[in-house]
Amino acid sequence: MDQKPFSQGLLSSEADSQRTLYPYVTGTSVVALKYKDGILMAADMGGSYGSTLRYKSVERMKSIGKHSLLGASGELSDFQEILSYLDELILYDNMWDDGNSLGPKEVHSYLTRVMYNRRNKFNPLWSSLVLGGVKNGEKYLGMVSMIGVHFEDNHVATGFGNHLARPILREEWHENLSFEDGVKLLEKCMRVLLYRDRSAVNKLQIAKITEEGVTVSQPYSLKTFWGFSAFSNPTVGAEGSW
Amino acid sequence: MFRNQYDTDVTTWSPAGRLFQVEYAMEAVKQGSAAIGLRSKTHVVLACVNKATSELSSHQKKIFKVDDHIGVAIAGLTADGRVLSRYMRNECINYNFTYESPLPVGRLVVQLADKAQVCTQRSWKRPYGVGVLVAGLDESGAHLYYNCPSGNYFEYQAFAIGSRWQAAMTYLEPRFENFMDSSREDLIKDALISVRETLQEEKLQISVCTVAVVGVGEPFHILDQETVRKLIDTFEIVREDGSPAPEPGDAAPDLGEAAPAAAAEEGAAPMDI
Repeated sequence: MDQKPFSQGLLSSEADSQRTLYPYVTGTSVVALKYKDGILMAADMGGSYGSTLRYKSVERMKSIGKHSLLGASGELSDFQEILSYLDELILYDNMWDDGNSLGPKEVHSYLTRVMYNRRNKFNPLWSSLVLGGVKNGEKYLGMVSMIGVHFEDNHVATGFGNHLARPILREEWHENLSFEDGVKLLEKCMRVLLYRDRSAVNKLQIAKITEEGVTVSQPYSLKTFWGFSAFSNPTVGAEGSW
Repeated sequence: MFRNQYDTDVTTWSPAGRLFQVEYAMEAVKQGSAAIGLRSKTHVVLACVNKATSELSSHQKKIFKVDDHIGVAIAGLTADGRVLSRYMRNECINYNFTYESPLPVGRLVVQLADKAQVCTQRSWKRPYGVGVLVAGLDESGAHLYYNCPSGNYFEYQAFAIGSRWQAAMTYLEPRFENFMDSSREDLIKDALISVRETLQEEKLQISVCTVAVVGVGEPFHILDQETVRKLIDTFEIVREDGSPAPEPGDAAPDLGEAAPAAAAEEGAAPMDI
């Protein structure tokens, strides 16, 4: 580790190159909900470079160990760093080889500690994480923000999803959704996001985790409708304006 | 064991492939007063004999709560035991802080064993002179482990350590196969009887023994003296041979028919501490 004079720490201008200031390549919302058999999570496959929709095949959801599924929005390189940490965590967990394994609650708690610690050092991992899983029949769904704010709920979302998807979920989510209803509900949320979030791309994956394990769907597109009459002559009400 | 030229250092092997210092450390465990552990599918019970250096002093604390789901009983150098208990408490609390989950007993036991092993392979250290009975509950059920100064550990259905441990084992050996299905009360009763077995001449009194329990829905705790007294009274009333004893708490219990098993408790033979 490089040594810096004590007075400089991480907050001087020279040290700016050592810590995260802004995100560069980012993923947009992740939406997830609990259903009858486990958790359903959806995220599109876009990686934006500022306002450019640069990368269109980014997998933003990964399985962790036997019992968990992680989805991330925000800086994608930080997501990859987090996956690297979790890889090591799961490796050591497996090396015990003693029948015990880290469940979603433990992974969520671990991630919270990591994110909060980085925030305290003014060098955050610029990601919002969604952690879902099932262990011993118990469903778990939680979120961790880049500053270490964490909580559990029946449905969660990151970024724009909080503003556009959560209100839909609050109205329409209920206990013991079937798989089909869960997917329909997620697609409804993702469609709204596709219409209204400029960093959304129309190529998404839906992942499901149950007691049996994780399945991530093949990428697919949502059907959209743009045939509104207001779009055929958009400037009709704005004549004479600048 | 006899003194020999290979026993000065823990890092010296004998020609027969033994580390005498480690074996001497295990002897220290046998010098301490007895500690006994038993487990069923849902509960683990620890019971131990409390010795005091004199009538005027307090009793040695031998049972330590390590976490809500783990507790230990020690025999041997109790100072070493305290230090190891503090280490175990630290490990549990750190794990809980990071993972918001109780540390699995099996993992704590391995960490403790590895810590003990280090002391058998450094010339400037000495082995811990204490045997640790670890009682705990985790996702995979109720567990009882014994950690040895050598760094070895094993899981047990029932085990006894400390002075006159053989007497307790003699009681436990024919019965241990049934412990898995024992009720909590029967498990405690068997623990108390095992403790009594190690007190050859003394009567089993609450001042001499401590009992602790951990189980499903029951965090690790030491039973208070009143509860223990009632339990002792309950099983003193029906002895193993079935003959009833009169008022409990008598200094010299009188039996209807002289039973050889109970006769060992009478008499005033001098006790070694």
